[in-house]
Amino acid sequence: MRILPLADSGLLVELDDLDSVHGLYTALRHQRIPGVVNLVPAARTLLLQLDPRHADPERIEHLVRRTPVEPGGLATEESLRIPVVYDGADLAEVAALTGLTERGVVEEHTGTEWRVAFGGFAPGFGYLTGGSARLEVPRRAESRTRVPRGSVGLAGSFSGVYPRSSPGGWQLIGHTELEIWRPDRDPPALLRPGVRVRFEEAG
Amino acid sequence: MTELRILTTGPLTTVQDLGRTGAAHIGVGVSGAADRGSFRLANRLVGNPEGYAGLEVTLGGLSLRAEHPLTVALTGADCPLAVDGYAAAPNTVLRVPAGGVLTVGTPSHGARGYLAVRGGVEVDPVLGSRATDTLSGLGPPPVSAGDVLPVGPAPAEFPLVDTAPVPAPPEGDLVLTVTPGPRADWFTGEALATLLGTGYRVTPESDRVGMRLDGPPLERRHGGELPSEGMVAGALQVPPSGRPTLFLADHPVTGGYPVIAVLRSTEVDRAAQARPGQRLWFRTRRGHGPFS
Repeated sequence: MRILPLADSGLLVELDDLDSVHGLYTALRHQRIPGVVNLVPAARTLLLQLDPRHADPERIEHLVRRTPVEPGGLATEESLRIPVVYDGADLAEVAALTGLTERGVVEEHTGTEWRVAFGGFAPGFGYLTGGSARLEVPRRAESRTRVPRGSVGLAGSFSGVYPRSSPGGWQLIGHTELEIWRPDRDPPALLRPGVRVRFEEAG
Repeated sequence: MTELRILTTGPLTTVQDLGRTGAAHIGVGVSGAADRGSFRLANRLVGNPEGYAGLEVTLGGLSLRAEHPLTVALTGADCPLAVDGYAAAPNTVLRVPAGGVLTVGTPSHGARGYLAVRGGVEVDPVLGSRATDTLSGLGPPPVSAGDVLPVGPAPAEFPLVDTAPVPAPPEGDLVLTVTPGPRADWFTGEALATLLGTGYRVTPESDRVGMRLDGPPLERRHGGELPSEGMVAGALQVPPSGRPTLFLADHPVTGGYPVIAVLRSTEVDRAAQARPGQRLWFRTRRGHGPFS
């Protein structure tokens, strides 16, 4: 574990892998640490955003170092089923890139459990990992200026659902009617770090 | 209910407070006032708790009519002020009578003025804050002419002072204190020396998300991609062009380019008052820098 200061505004904890990130995130999220205003898990790091007027970075760093991180520490056992209509504009392209049939893409996407690794792109967006290695595809060469809300996409080893209409460069394979993001709902985001996800083909 | 009516807004006027916390893990950034020190001062002047919502007025141009008597204060950028045509001073407690018009002109120094209204601007909060996040679209839309904004009930505290003796934001070069890292080791040794020894000019491509800076490019030691990681306001993120972006209040929650240095939080407030064309000089606390 390496802890890097971001002036007086943050402590960036570097960890070995995503499991360790989730382990530390799980250990810290239910503690109310004075001066820590946000926890931002990412692929290899956990950022503690600080309120510089109320945080004691040395004390917080000490606390983080003493916190036992269980590798593979499960962030949550919550699970979510997402019904998808597989009619995405890039479904044929994804099939061509992966050597699968379009049917095969659907079967791979629905065939494994995914997990929210972290967020960050937009409110309510979750980077889903743990899917089939056969679905690895590059981002589109050209981003779209508008991807409709609810679009289900692939990029690299990730899958994701667009919480709102936005520009985007992921390969779109389908869409869901499930509202994964609603700021006036509790919880506003269904795709929170650690949540397990199953995609199901909508009838 | 007390209300104020927006007559004109200038380039950008938004409702701001101290922002949203506790939701960055679901992609919700803090947002809030870009110059938090000036924002808090405006609230203190009118006797509000520091987190009450007010208006962030970018480069002036705001005028509003008080539908009921208002107590207000403007801090931050040095904007000429008038109440019903009579000149008024910034950083002071002002009374606007019912039907009176407050105008906030184009500042001579600084970029962002903060207008606090006693009782606070009481638009509906989103995820615990009334701040407009211009990147994610959360919070109320930017203020526009014709809007009628509700003002909350006056707090129990009364204004303690009539005026706060604060200097106007400086024009000309700014010297800002940074802490190297967290990814300074991704850059050549010369890159950090260049950052700490050269002025970087604020470009017109600057907004609440960040300020694009122009100056000598900062070279990376090696290639490769950094996995995206959490960001903070004040981070100097360096995209492949080598020219840093200084993140402000509406910065993305995570970013994939390395951060060579981070401004101290109080320095972020000062940077948020810099205008396109001004030059920023960075130095470390230990005093490595152009004027040490």
